[in-house]
Amino acid sequence: MTEENRRALAEGFRDGTPIGLGYFVVSFTLGIVAKHAGLTPAQGFWMSFFNNASAGEYAALTVMMADAPYLEMIIITLVANLRYVLMSTVLSQKFSPTTPFYHRIFVGFDVTDEIFGISVARPGYLNPFYNYGAMLTALPGWSIGTALGIVAGNILPESAVSALGVALYGMFLAIIIPPAKKDKIIGVAVAISFALSFLAKNIFPDVSGGTRTIILTILIAGAVAILKPVKENSEEKNDA
Amino acid sequence: MTHDIYIYLFVMSAVTLAIRILPLTLIRSEIKNVTLRSFLYYVPYVTLAVMTFPAILYATQSEISGAIALAAGIFSAWFGASLFQVSVLCCVTVFITELFI
Repeated sequence: MTEENRRALAEGFRDGTPIGLGYFVVSFTLGIVAKHAGLTPAQGFWMSFFNNASAGEYAALTVMMADAPYLEMIIITLVANLRYVLMSTVLSQKFSPTTPFYHRIFVGFDVTDEIFGISVARPGYLNPFYNYGAMLTALPGWSIGTALGIVAGNILPESAVSALGVALYGMFLAIIIPPAKKDKIIGVAVAISFALSFLAKNIFPDVSGGTRTIILTILIAGAVAILKPVKENSEEKNDA
Repeated sequence: MTHDIYIYLFVMSAVTLAIRILPLTLIRSEIKNVTLRSFLYYVPYVTLAVMTFPAILYATQSEISGAIALAAGIFSAWFGASLFQVSVLCCVTVFITELFI
């Protein structure tokens, strides 16, 4: 390993440490949900190791709890994780032509909102070792937290489980609210999403949460994309 | 449970990994279609919003504590709290509220 790569690895590890700690706490509550879906601690560990996605895993667990068809699992995982297509595409533009191809696979393995956020903000070409450094804390934090949530979730008192139950939603709010504040169109889209989701839940109570998410996402994001297309470069500003 | 949990896990992992790795390995030039770019841009916010509300109301022992946690989360995120801080604040809000309900 070159000196430059070693330094990038150390910096990634440093910047990734708060991310890994945050993941540990939030994924613990994901483990509580996973326990309800019938997962063992080992299954929860591997689910989180290979997916490392709060919204995507939560959505997938609702599919398991509903005992829904595999096709619904494919669609819901696709929709809940669709933002990674955009992030991964943005990262693909930051690779140096001289960086070996296999690094694209390993960097792609763990494109999360937070790792994308810190790696895209670095100037110049992306050094894959920076991402690997961040992954060294993010992956164990998320996977071990999920497994422990499954093990320990049911020995906690009911009041603590109830409180921890909103941790994931807090994380979702922290992701959507700051861009909604900066970009009025995102703000309106979020408000419409809240309203239609509430209405849909009450008007069609038998439709599963996963199906509701898929249909509303395609309808609302599609409508906003057609009515208010994103102007060139505005998304890079928001992501940075 | 008529579906196999290992097949569920395999399917979700395969889809997630494909979503992350394929664009990085296949797309070498920029996506030009404005509508498609815009759709991809808005999807995360809409998806997360739909999944958060009204589900947060039913995640707790009382819908009141869920609603107050939602308000606390939006408020703190609006004023710049970090992901970790917002998450913890929502939990603490529920815990304290439920002491009084």
